[in-house]
Amino acid sequence: MTATTLHEGMPDYGSDVPPLDVERIRADFPILSREVNGRRLVYLDSANTSQKPRQVIEAMREHFELHNANVARSVHTLGTESTAAYEGAREKVARFINAPSASEVVFTKNATEAINLVAYAFLGASLDKSADPRFRLGPGDEIVITEMEHHSNIVPWQLLCERTGATLRWFGITDNGRLDESTLDDLINPRTKLVSMVLVSNILGTANATSRIHDRIREVGALFMLDASQAVPHRPVDVVGYDADFVAFTGHKMLGPTGIGVLWGRGELLAAMPPFLGGGSMIETVTMERSTFASPPARFEAGTPPIAEAVGLGAAVDYLTAVGMESIMWHEKALTAYALQELRAVPGLRIFGPQVPVGRGGTISFDLAGVHPHDVGQVLDAEGVQVRVGHHCARPTCMRFGVPATTRVSLYLYNTTEEVDVLVKALDRVRGVFG
Amino acid sequence: MQLEQLYQEIILDHYKKPRGRGLREPYEAQVRHVNPTCGDEVDLRVHLVDGTVADVSYEGMGCSISQASASVLHELMVGRTVTDALSRVDRFTEMISSRGEVVPDEAVLDDGIAFVGVAKYPARVKCALLSWMAFKDATVQALAAEGGAA
Repeated sequence: MTATTLHEGMPDYGSDVPPLDVERIRADFPILSREVNGRRLVYLDSANTSQKPRQVIEAMREHFELHNANVARSVHTLGTESTAAYEGAREKVARFINAPSASEVVFTKNATEAINLVAYAFLGASLDKSADPRFRLGPGDEIVITEMEHHSNIVPWQLLCERTGATLRWFGITDNGRLDESTLDDLINPRTKLVSMVLVSNILGTANATSRIHDRIREVGALFMLDASQAVPHRPVDVVGYDADFVAFTGHKMLGPTGIGVLWGRGELLAAMPPFLGGGSMIETVTMERSTFASPPARFEAGTPPIAEAVGLGAAVDYLTAVGMESIMWHEKALTAYALQELRAVPGLRIFGPQVPVGRGGTISFDLAGVHPHDVGQVLDAEGVQVRVGHHCARPTCMRFGVPATTRVSLYLYNTTEEVDVLVKALDRVRGVFG
Repeated sequence: MQLEQLYQEIILDHYKKPRGRGLREPYEAQVRHVNPTCGDEVDLRVHLVDGTVADVSYEGMGCSISQASASVLHELMVGRTVTDALSRVDRFTEMISSRGEVVPDEAVLDDGIAFVGVAKYPARVKCALLSWMAFKDATVQALAAEGGAA
């Protein structure tokens, strides 16, 4: 990898952070050696889903070949082994995000389900006069989100507000793609019951500062939820450090399989929440009249859970930990600095979001003048370069910048400056076809 | 599959110089069709006179395939009987959904045959079909309105 210099005055790799051996990492990802349309694969779509290292694939294969059984209900040996593997994965995830207890880690289908779980807890509580008042909503109450949310952190709250009569309010975005905190004290006020915001934007790449917002939330006594789907895979995330109440993220963006996500919730709050889905495993006792419910996390994990997926996620966490989240963060920062610099030099290219590699992640959205993102993506694909095009499930953000769609490049631990060079060269071909 | 087969000269020409673009009066039906996966949109009006397509006018935003396809649609349909026009929509749909199995007939589809390459790119099929589905929808609505008025 070509050495990259950051802007003067910017923080650099700490001396205690070992640089990544990218070639060694790439060797762990079998897919990276395949070809696409006769070219070497250049995978720049990890914000969509990440690729999987051999270690994750192997862990899941081994689970199916040697330990497969249902969890939490079998007395036999395989059931015991499966249960230990599933709960072991929960403990790994808990350590990874510095959760005070593994019982605060709820496995869901994905981040979307994790956010919906909290939204449905509010809905259930709002229908039950004896429920915890922190979750009860009605007309006059407010929920605050931001204009840079993924649809998964918009639609559940829109539905909840429609159903309870509460009001949904939004933080705006500045022209530079930062959160506009100028209306903070008005937006978050004593009527606010919950603030749910993205930690790192999936479209602009912006890494949001949370401390001022957090302090105001605590001042008014609201709850604080973070969508960390684009943060947990890329940087150290400490749920205690953020002092959040809920944190949602997904397995498949952090080298794990699809089909598993995580809701971390403060134990005391999870215990106060009504169930989400009803069914097996989430009950304490069931009679024909009524049921009582298990303690968290089981209360929120109805039915047979994604067992092999949990094993895979556990292996992904082991892999990320072994590489080192600080190293991954700094690798991406250096790579992002290089990509921003190279992309800015492409004629007609406009970047949406922060233009400097500070306070942002390795996701870069752009517009190429006169060429629709679909066409950009198609020509890039012909060169083996995989990017995402469209509104990225963040349509309000696109509207904010006056575009129906963007082309999005997202970088991860296995990407290199050479791949950025291939991208930039392929953009020349785009301009050739449509120029 | 070569990229050039997808982005044929005919398609790029219609994209850069769209025919019949803009919403016009009079019209009997107007529809908006969107492609929710990519945000492409088309607003399309149909004007029918005595069972003939007198005008197809449209406005929209989207990729080269979706925009060029609206332009080709306009050129192909204006002046045809409604029955003929709708049958050509079916032939276009058949070609574009065939994964490249159906050899298109230029006599039926005119410049529409340029989209045969799109059939091999499943992700782009919806782009090519957007305005054609909008045209079918608007025409059916216009006919229904006509029937209702009679």
